[in-house]
Amino acid sequence: MKGFIIKEFFHIFRDVRSMVILFGMPLVQVLVFGFAITTEIKDVEIAILDYSRDHLSQELSNKILSSEYFILAENLEDEGQIESVFKAGKVKEVIIFRDNFARNLEKEQHAAIHIIADASDPNSANIIVNYTTGIIRSFMLEKIGEKALPIEINTEYKMLFNPELKSVFMFIPGIITVLLMLVSAMMTSISIAREKELGTMEVLLVSPLNPVQIVAGKVIPYVFLSFVNAITILLLAFFVFGMPVQGSIILLLAESLLFIIMALALGIFISTVSGSQQTAMMISMFALMLPTILLSGFIFPIENMPEVLQWLCNLMPTKWFIIIVKDIMLKGVGLTYIWKETLIILGMTIFFIVLSVKKFKIRLE
Amino acid sequence: MHSEEHIIRVENLTRKFGSFTAVDKLNFYVNKGEIFGFLGANGAGKTTAIRILCGLLLPTSGKIEVAGFDIYRQTNKVKQNIGYMSQKFSLYEDMTVAENFRFYGGIYGLSRKDIREKISYYLHKLRLEKKKNAIIKSLPLGWKQKLAFSVAMMHDPKVIFLDEPTGGVDPVTRRQFWEMIYEAASAGTTIFVTTHYMDEAEYCQRVSIMVDGRIEALDTPERLKKQFEADSMEGVFLQLARGHS
Repeated sequence: MKGFIIKEFFHIFRDVRSMVILFGMPLVQVLVFGFAITTEIKDVEIAILDYSRDHLSQELSNKILSSEYFILAENLEDEGQIESVFKAGKVKEVIIFRDNFARNLEKEQHAAIHIIADASDPNSANIIVNYTTGIIRSFMLEKIGEKALPIEINTEYKMLFNPELKSVFMFIPGIITVLLMLVSAMMTSISIAREKELGTMEVLLVSPLNPVQIVAGKVIPYVFLSFVNAITILLLAFFVFGMPVQGSIILLLAESLLFIIMALALGIFISTVSGSQQTAMMISMFALMLPTILLSGFIFPIENMPEVLQWLCNLMPTKWFIIIVKDIMLKGVGLTYIWKETLIILGMTIFFIVLSVKKFKIRLE
Repeated sequence: MHSEEHIIRVENLTRKFGSFTAVDKLNFYVNKGEIFGFLGANGAGKTTAIRILCGLLLPTSGKIEVAGFDIYRQTNKVKQNIGYMSQKFSLYEDMTVAENFRFYGGIYGLSRKDIREKISYYLHKLRLEKKKNAIIKSLPLGWKQKLAFSVAMMHDPKVIFLDEPTGGVDPVTRRQFWEMIYEAASAGTTIFVTTHYMDEAEYCQRVSIMVDGRIEALDTPERLKKQFEADSMEGVFLQLARGHS
């Protein structure tokens, strides 16, 4: 058994392709997705609807527009136009100054600005709103300095088209999920298929090893490597993107372990239905990767999908795992909040283990 | 038939794949320490039969004993007592010679000390001591085959199944390979070998010739040649194969 595991590590460490998939992919994916999503914005087209038209609202508008992040596409006259400029795709954001902006600010030390953003691209909407409120805040601080008065500008924002911003900050949980799925399921299925292809599987089957031992020997190295991968991604998320884990890291790792085992069982199942490395790779790619990415809520919010697809999403273990990771990482919740998702993954794990042990043929048919 | 000396006993072995009968009512036995040749054209059912005897395939019907154990009920006992070298090359190409020995020794439950002794014994015999840490991929095919045979012999099996072990190997290496087979047989290991080199058939003590899933002839090479009035095994084989096509 120990020898079996050592042998499997030899295969992995001596194969450039495996090494690239195992260790290059996480790095590249985290960095690509990370930077693609957090890139700085520049020259975003916005519209301004200014009901007050006084010196302060002008000054703030100019400050926003001179920031090099935004350019003015249109000055609006009334709120009825907002929907149409968004729909025409002319602007990404509309800033609304209410009546008597300057007077409110000077007399009552309190004024309001509304920001409306096109959240059909939730990530950029969030960034745009953050930049805008940043500029408004610095404007506010300048004014406090000038007049030595405690003033306050309330910014209120509204995300159009996708109010809950479901996929913001989803990318780290999403990447962890996709990579664990990929590494675990694809790598095990390929490695078993390889033994079949090379004919060494026959020799293993002739030996006194029982199928459970063969499967365990194949799987244990990948449990270990997937785990190392998960930790690498979490470290990258923290050090490169400053995304801390709010909840218990131990709980997160335990949940990851459960998910890894589920993915491995799935990988073994795939290998039992495919005779060659190519088939295993194709099945993993199309049957696992695409649904994992598309139907898990990683990129497209599940809430916006047709009901049939939503049902399909429920069958995706990745959907539930993304929820778990997100809840632990972003909301910092404990097991009491995610026991349902955990149970679902546990159920799927048992299902695939039973299925693959049954399908794993001790005899060649 | 029912003597302790019969290490393989096959009665009415049949294997069907759907409506196709790959192996049809085979009856034969193999004596302990014998070199038993299993001949046949491609597709005659040799590989199916050898796989059944190794426990890789279940027969459709028939009674089979290998090394004194029933292949249905005592599969594990059978497996402990047999060695197998497949048509496809069975060492791990990306591992070194010693790593392959250690791995296969390990799955048959040999102790570290035994494994060390076996490695030095076989490498000395093959005069490959210097290649102990060479990656298998870098070795010529002939060496690989001899190493694969040594690895299959490592746990001292009672019977070793060789499925076309000398395919694609040069005549000198084939000769050396057969010397290894003789040596193993004289040490008491039973050799069950399939081949389609007819000169190799002459090296066997008894030979069975399969045509279309049935054993058409089974005897010593001398008696087969006499029976078919041929001067070589090739002549015997061609007569049998022609008679059916």
